[in-house]
Amino acid sequence: MTVTLSPSDRSRDLSQPLDRLGPDETLKASSDQLRGTISQGLLDRLTGAVAPDDTKLMKFHGIYQQDDRDLRDERRRQKLEPAYQFMARVRLPGGVCTPAQWLKMDELARAYGQETLRLTTRQTFQFHWLLKHNLKATIQGLHEVLLDTVSACGDDARGVMCSVNPHLSALHAEVYALSKQASDHAIPRMRAYHEIWYGQERVASSEPEEPFYGRTYMPRKFKIGFAIPPVNDIDVYAQDLGFIAIADETGLQGFNVAIGGGLGRTDQAPATYPRLADVIGFVKPGDVLAVCDAVMGVQRDYGDRKDRSHARFKYTIDDRGLDWIKGDIERRLGFELGEARAYDFVSNGDAIGWRTGDDGRHHLTLFIENGRIANLPGRALMDGFRDIAEIHDGEFRLTPNQNLTIAQISDEKRPEIERLLEKHGLCGLNRQSALRLNSMACVALPTCGLAMAESERYLPSLLTRIETLLDRHRLTDKPITIRMSGCPNGCSRPYIAEIGLSGRAPGKYNLYLGGGFHGQRLNRMYLENVGEEAILAALDTTLSHYARERLETEPFGDFVIRAGYVKEVKAGKDFNS
Amino acid sequence: MSDADHRSSGLNEPQWQQLKALTASLNPAQTTWVSGFFAGLDYAARADLVPGGGATAGSAIPDLPAAAPGARTLTVLYGTETGNSAALATTLTDQARARGLNVTMHDMATYKYRHLKSEQDLVVIASTYGEGDPPQSATSFFEFIEGHKAPKLPDLRFAVLGLGDSTYEFYCEAGKRLDRRLEELGAQRLKPRVDCDVDYDEPAAAWITDILVSLDSRRPNGASATTAKPAPSPQAQAPVFDKRNPFPAPIIENIVLTGRGSSKETRHVELSLEDSGLTYEPGDSLGLMPSNHPASVDAVLTALDLVPSTPVKVKGKPTPLSDALRTDLEITTLTPRFLDHWAGISDADALVRLTQADHADERASFIRNHHIIDVIRQFPVNKIDAETFVAGLRPLQPRLYSIASSLTVAPDEAHLTVATVRYDLHGEARQGVASGHLATRGELDRLLPVHIQKNPHFRLPADDVPIIMIGAGTGIAPYRAFMQEREARGSSGPSWLFFGERNFRTDFLYQTEWQTLIKDGILTRMDVAFSRDRNADGRGKVYVQQRLKERSRDVFAWLEEGAHLYVCGDAARLAPDVHLALAAIVAEEGGLGAAAAEDYLQRLQRDRRYQRDVY
Repeated sequence: MTVTLSPSDRSRDLSQPLDRLGPDETLKASSDQLRGTISQGLLDRLTGAVAPDDTKLMKFHGIYQQDDRDLRDERRRQKLEPAYQFMARVRLPGGVCTPAQWLKMDELARAYGQETLRLTTRQTFQFHWLLKHNLKATIQGLHEVLLDTVSACGDDARGVMCSVNPHLSALHAEVYALSKQASDHAIPRMRAYHEIWYGQERVASSEPEEPFYGRTYMPRKFKIGFAIPPVNDIDVYAQDLGFIAIADETGLQGFNVAIGGGLGRTDQAPATYPRLADVIGFVKPGDVLAVCDAVMGVQRDYGDRKDRSHARFKYTIDDRGLDWIKGDIERRLGFELGEARAYDFVSNGDAIGWRTGDDGRHHLTLFIENGRIANLPGRALMDGFRDIAEIHDGEFRLTPNQNLTIAQISDEKRPEIERLLEKHGLCGLNRQSALRLNSMACVALPTCGLAMAESERYLPSLLTRIETLLDRHRLTDKPITIRMSGCPNGCSRPYIAEIGLSGRAPGKYNLYLGGGFHGQRLNRMYLENVGEEAILAALDTTLSHYARERLETEPFGDFVIRAGYVKEVKAGKDFNS
Repeated sequence: MSDADHRSSGLNEPQWQQLKALTASLNPAQTTWVSGFFAGLDYAARADLVPGGGATAGSAIPDLPAAAPGARTLTVLYGTETGNSAALATTLTDQARARGLNVTMHDMATYKYRHLKSEQDLVVIASTYGEGDPPQSATSFFEFIEGHKAPKLPDLRFAVLGLGDSTYEFYCEAGKRLDRRLEELGAQRLKPRVDCDVDYDEPAAAWITDILVSLDSRRPNGASATTAKPAPSPQAQAPVFDKRNPFPAPIIENIVLTGRGSSKETRHVELSLEDSGLTYEPGDSLGLMPSNHPASVDAVLTALDLVPSTPVKVKGKPTPLSDALRTDLEITTLTPRFLDHWAGISDADALVRLTQADHADERASFIRNHHIIDVIRQFPVNKIDAETFVAGLRPLQPRLYSIASSLTVAPDEAHLTVATVRYDLHGEARQGVASGHLATRGELDRLLPVHIQKNPHFRLPADDVPIIMIGAGTGIAPYRAFMQEREARGSSGPSWLFFGERNFRTDFLYQTEWQTLIKDGILTRMDVAFSRDRNADGRGKVYVQQRLKERSRDVFAWLEEGAHLYVCGDAARLAPDVHLALAAIVAEEGGLGAAAAEDYLQRLQRDRRYQRDVY
């Protein structure tokens, strides 16, 4: 690994005056700890938008300004501003949600969110289609069930993930509790959120509002996740800071610490690349929060604040060297990390279907195509899950693959839940090809401002065409991961799928092959900027070859490397080579 | 005396020269004596003329004794909403002057009430508006004349022409009210009142002639009729496009302003006036002559089993029936006239019953809930001929729309904001004639016959005067014209717009334009109310009048600083609700009682600082 900056080079980080850093640093610093003019903007009835600077600050509040891109051009001709709306992303550590919380989500989505909810790749809910004048009511509704949207977006610690692990109930409970603590610990302390959304009074204080973040927060987003082997459902190697649970018969021993994962990249910018995290050691459960502080502290202090496309922790590590970073983390901790323990992952997908946990309770994981909860023709997902939430005495878990686990079902409730699934047409959710069950698409058009091509609205029909190929090559039951993103930023983690697609233009995608089946390896671009026919032709060739010549348990991602379709990517920096 | 007075004195040129010569020779004492002499002569003349209350109420004086020209004064008084009454009053005045009558013309809006008791001959032309109300600008005059302060008028002779729309229950009611009241005050009727429907041109012209002939005592009755032609106006030589001769304007833009998912459809239509010579001012309206939908024509022809090519007489010319029904005649809205007509032809009991006097309510409701097509379908008549059917129809009338542009910004163009009227009636989708025309047959480059309808009661004040504009729905249209004008003129007066519609997301008409005007500081303030948006704070529907009240203090402050106030939009709800809100604001902020607050607003109206364009 090439080190490009000496540890003493502080020319691009926090130590510099604001005028030598990127404009967003000044914006954050002068925002009055993320207040900006958001409150005034909410009162402006002449526009459905807020001031441009406030759109950036609102991300720290978990809210993205978007517009219906399908209507953009039409509305311009109609002398109407874009159909502005907001996406609000809930902070839901580990994706765990009580039935009462589910019912509130349902109520708010019906009232303000066009009767739909989106389960995300980071185990949370997104409301789309929220109008500005409904934002406060939505956030206050969440508050009623002890939920918020703090730092669900922005340059801060994003939603903390945790494996769903249906069958390991006790271990899950322990690790989930830590993930929640980590989230509560790592988010900004900003009072702005309470003042703007809950209408609380501003309280004068001589104490700094953000003892950890200061006035400029992190250089970019920072993602934390907890994986419980053997399932790598959270894609721990895609996290800035990953904790891999190490347990034995006596229970949780601690965590291997992995740092420097991150998937965002930019097309035609070879200096940007996805990177998988490196395991740097082992810590005890009691040291988890201290590790969060230390690792985030390094990135806060040394991360690049001149160039946002080079500001993620992965670049800080590659610029200064993993060993130096690890050393600085240990200096901050005041102790050395233990030696990483052995662990084994088998898949980054979900355990679809019924499972019984070690406490005798039942868990049902349902495939939710692209995480979209809505009343679809013949499949009343909104109504069905609302009815289930009314009677459920366990919890819901949103999986990192945008699926849903109805967890902790008692023996008595199981038949009732099965009856409700039947009633709402939800029994067939899991009867899909193995490829579809391992598929993910980001939201993209029409709401996401970054999307260059369709994703959620397109992947299902593309899968139907690929399924014809699978059928022909008798691979229908073979799990293969396929992920599509509407832009190169990679919300659906396409670069660690066996088949990855990232949008370039309407109808055009990059096709990537060779990702590791349990998230251990990045894929590599196989075709650039191509349409559906070229994608299908390439998949027909490779899948047919795979059907004929694969080794017994060889995953598709491994095969395409062995067969020479793509060269293995060994490190993020090699992704573009 | 200046020469200017000569033109209004009623004296002819030789008389004027004689008077000038006499005046020049008189000393002040002689002048006083002469004025007394002439006053005495005038009194004597009147005593001779007035037949001592001999005429019975309600009857007209059949023949007038001869009187020297100028012996009596004629005052033409009009109350106008859209300008029709004003136009007729002008015609009458011009013709009276051409006959040498001593005539002056006044708008009821500005007429000095104290002059009423000294009027001699008074001719009134008044349109009716809404549910039997006078035009907005004439409200105060009506309050005066119908109130207890109105003087007795034993010496007055009068005649009334009413304008109205027979689809309304209180047809020509304003004219009827004046006619009734003047008689009560002791005045004598020169000629029986005439009520005109929307196709008023011919009956109004006949009435004018009738009145002038009876007043023009210089010639024997009847002979003068031949001279009662409109006075040639200086512009008459140039090809002037007006209501009778509309300009075929090409459609150059026709877009839907309301966004996808809206509960309504509102269009922005641009028409080219190039080479028409037509000009207008912000506040004016455009009269637009639509044609009936071909499907409506077919429905009528089918229902009556008539041959489309059958010739019928339209304005004296034989025209194929289908053409006449498409472009010349009103074939959708049911009128009392058609109801009576069809009741007679069909002899259907249900219809005949509706024509009886004691079924007025039922009749009004029937008219509201049926189109002509429904009547001819429900009460079929065997083998009706085309002429008989057409005899019950009235001419198709132009529709008026407030112009939404200023010539300073869009030279040679007129922009309109048109809500497409669509509804179901008797299980069938119906649409407005003109708005439906624009929505279904308004392709670019098609021609629409248009004319300009002046609206002198809706005008911008001087550039430095603040304005408060209140509008809902398509009532936003004239304010777009106002702001374009103010921007082009660089007006320094602040401006404040209140706008109401149903939903923010889809119905914020011209949203991006207002945003730009605000950003550029041309429009000072804007408040909006969207009544059908879900309110997160749980309050009820919000309309513009609530926004006005929320801004109570500032609204009053602007009024106190001389702001002009405009209201445009729905007459039935918006106008009265806004008026109540304004009265409440004035009472609250000005510390006035209800009556004083109402006086305050009346004063604004009289000062032409509170102008309305409602429909």
